[in-house]
Amino acid sequence: MSAIPSSPARTPLPRRTRIDVFLRLLAIQGSWNYESLSGNGVGFCIEPALRLLPGGKNTPVFNAALARESTYFNAHPYLASIAVGALARAELDGEPPERIIRFRNALCGPLGSVGDRLIWAGWLPFCSLVALAVFGLGGGVLVVLATFLGLYNLGHLWLRAWGLRTGWRLGLRVAPALTHPVFRSGPIYIGRLAAFATGFGLPLAVGRIIGPGRIYTGEVLVAVLAGAALIVRLHGRVEGWRLALVALAFFVLLSVVA
Amino acid sequence: MVYLPLALLGGVLGLDVVSFPQAMVSRPLVAATLAGSLAGDSAGGLLVGATLELIALETLPFGASRYPEWGSAAVVGGVLYAGHEAHPGGALTIAVFGALATAWVGGWSMVQLRRANGRWAARHREEIEAGSRRAVMWLQLLGLTADLIRGAALTVCAYAVLKPIADACLALWPPDVHLARAVVVAVAASVTVGAAWNLFHAVRGARWVFVGGLVLGLIMLLES
Repeated sequence: MSAIPSSPARTPLPRRTRIDVFLRLLAIQGSWNYESLSGNGVGFCIEPALRLLPGGKNTPVFNAALARESTYFNAHPYLASIAVGALARAELDGEPPERIIRFRNALCGPLGSVGDRLIWAGWLPFCSLVALAVFGLGGGVLVVLATFLGLYNLGHLWLRAWGLRTGWRLGLRVAPALTHPVFRSGPIYIGRLAAFATGFGLPLAVGRIIGPGRIYTGEVLVAVLAGAALIVRLHGRVEGWRLALVALAFFVLLSVVA
Repeated sequence: MVYLPLALLGGVLGLDVVSFPQAMVSRPLVAATLAGSLAGDSAGGLLVGATLELIALETLPFGASRYPEWGSAAVVGGVLYAGHEAHPGGALTIAVFGALATAWVGGWSMVQLRRANGRWAARHREEIEAGSRRAVMWLQLLGLTADLIRGAALTVCAYAVLKPIADACLALWPPDVHLARAVVVAVAASVTVGAAWNLFHAVRGARWVFVGGLVLGLIMLLES
């Protein structure tokens, strides 16, 4: 990110404010709803920074800024940190309100799609599959949990902290940060790693769940191929977990009644 | 099983799904294991958690989409399994089935919570438009508290309903543990492979990488 020029120098956010904002970012979706989505959450997160406006809190300037920042907003929750940092900077720099509103609206789309591809469709399944592979290799409770939570949250917390720092540093010029290779190529590399982890971890995890002796392992692998083909074919019409619920309900009934 | 710790665990893990802090302690792998530990059988909880995680890989928390709520559900699944110390035939099937049913209701309850958040926000619209710090804080705390209560209530209610059903089913279940496990793991792994295909098939080279991993995984399975 160092190649992107910062906005003109400004005093860094005080440490206490930075920690306040960061902790609040963890709860940015606390009042998520279908009307303003994360809008109130952004206002909630940015509020400690707005207290640094001339006159402190509950002044007309503070109220106007908080009202602007609490309207509709949609972004991936982790990448919303970029928006919060940049918007805090813009408000404290005294940028014109119309410019801030335009900038805020423009951020919604990219921060949503980039985050969804990188985190929900990439990093989360990858970490989950790595942990399942560790489970399949015989990892104990602590090892499996530490693998998943450690790996996942390394990326999660780093991304939130980086986003806040970058947003604050670049202010309204933060858009180029979203073209960073991590966002452009990251999902492709993580996707490949996750595909490998799926292939490697799945048979091992299945073997461990079936248990000692691995009776029916061959039948299970054949059934998995057939079931997966059905789920892929029905993609977009029926979700796999619903099919799983129906299949298990049928099996329970059959086992208990027969 | 004491209901209060169960409610607390279900509430905290339900909160993690969306509201706070999304550190993924609500993923079934973690949540069911913690629930198993609460009931004195963390290894059993991990087994249920791994099985549920295979299914949960399909449903990722994309934005406004409706998805099952795995945090509280996995707690119910973990406790149902750990509650039968000998793990008779069908225990894993019943635990996974109970968790899936709870996850379904949990997804519905999250939609209701989001609607309630919208109604509360509408009630305070004028204050928010005036930049009231108090209204912004209140809405956020109200949403967080409501989500905590939602998760706790869902966990306790689901457990109270499912526990006697699980006991009754297991009393009638045939003793073949292997067949029951084979069926549940076949169902779960089918969902995983289907989900993985949908997620990664468009990524260049991912298919071959998957096949390479699969060959390696199968060799290790056969040699272990």
